[in-house]
Amino acid sequence: MSTKDHDHNAPESGPALRVKALEALLVEKGVVQPAVLDALIDSYEHKIGPRNGARVVARAWVDAAYKKRLLTDAAAAIAELGFPPGPQGEYMMVLENTPRVHNMVVCTLCSCYPWSVLGLPPVWYKSTPYRSRAVSDPRGVLKEFGLELGAEVEVRVWDSSAEMRYMVLPMRPPGTDHLGEQELASIVTRDAMIGTAIVKYPPDKGSSVGAPAR
Amino acid sequence: MNGVHDLGGMDGFGPVVREQDEPVFHSEWERRMFALALSTMASRCFNVDEFRRTIERMPPVRYLSTSYYERWLYAVEALLAEKGVITRDELESEMRGPVERGAQLATARAEPATRMSERVPGQGSRKPRFCIGERVSTKNINPPGHTRIPRYARGKRGIVRYDWGVFVFPDSHAHGLGRNPQHCYGVEFNGRELWGQDHPARERVYLDLWEDYLAPDRRNGVKAKQATTRPAPARTSTAGPRDAGKLRARRGRAR
Repeated sequence: MSTKDHDHNAPESGPALRVKALEALLVEKGVVQPAVLDALIDSYEHKIGPRNGARVVARAWVDAAYKKRLLTDAAAAIAELGFPPGPQGEYMMVLENTPRVHNMVVCTLCSCYPWSVLGLPPVWYKSTPYRSRAVSDPRGVLKEFGLELGAEVEVRVWDSSAEMRYMVLPMRPPGTDHLGEQELASIVTRDAMIGTAIVKYPPDKGSSVGAPAR
Repeated sequence: MNGVHDLGGMDGFGPVVREQDEPVFHSEWERRMFALALSTMASRCFNVDEFRRTIERMPPVRYLSTSYYERWLYAVEALLAEKGVITRDELESEMRGPVERGAQLATARAEPATRMSERVPGQGSRKPRFCIGERVSTKNINPPGHTRIPRYARGKRGIVRYDWGVFVFPDSHAHGLGRNPQHCYGVEFNGRELWGQDHPARERVYLDLWEDYLAPDRRNGVKAKQATTRPAPARTSTAGPRDAGKLRARRGRAR
């Protein structure tokens, strides 16, 4: 699905009309409040996104004690940076990629995703091609993302079937010793934290995490 | 339910298509739908397991041909009607234009929409049936209702690597049959156990599975010897199995 499937200026019909009517009805009944809906949308569109996860990764790269806390009690370590657990982030596990182990995350049954650190998932993460093959052909899927792993690397696929949410701690790329924490955060991509990419330096053009800053 | 949503291991959907510079939402109605679903869930109109279960009830062809938030709309509308929060007639008439309803208003529920579900670990007193490092086999079950054990992992052997604590059981919670809290475990499966001996080496799949999905691994009628709790050969993460207990203990204190 791409943006061309959605005509932003079309007169309201189909789901747009239905959702509008549903909201009006629920507001009228006092079940939902428009201000609460507005605040939720604002949070997930402007405040909660992969930049939060990128800051967690950068901190772990520069602070060994923080990294240890992150790998043993992720939700608490993430909260240290001012990101509250929130929905889809209460029970977190961070998976460390190494030269020998590559982790990647999927939800084959629906779309479970670590909202508190990565925001809402991209369409491809929720799509049938990714959900179907990530568990049975992870190396093939990674190739489609431009990532070819050596045969010596073990691939670990985490299928989020319960309430644990997973984020990958990618490897810090070589040649970044001179970068500060903020600069490091700026090269971390969303896909690297899902495990479908690695972090590169200098970064590929257009590979930023793609979320507005807080 | 062996539904179309249970996609793991299927072929034929083509390559993963990514959108450059993808926005968080693709249209205004997706924004509103997202917030409506979270807000009605937070107001306890329905729980997250009922929500997932209802999406899974979509006819397969419709499931595959609708967008993500259209599925949310389908499920929220169906659940609100089933729970008596709205009626289909009210919605249809609202779609034709605003309606004066006056005295029918329900009591306002002003809870902040912060929780996605009432899913919380239980009191933690329940003794786990399985221990970390124990070899287990998944049951070959095909329940007609909601379940969170994917088809590809049924009747397979794995090793318990994590005990995440006690969680509400989706198979009952999705059907109004109670919370049935029980331990949920992170179970490791070898790729070849899931996909056959021709499958590439060095692949593992981890699933989080509730106690009722698992049985002790009793090959030849004897309970299999406990697997080593030593990290698997390639495991270098410091978040090894032995840390899971610590993790759980911390959570316990935090509550």
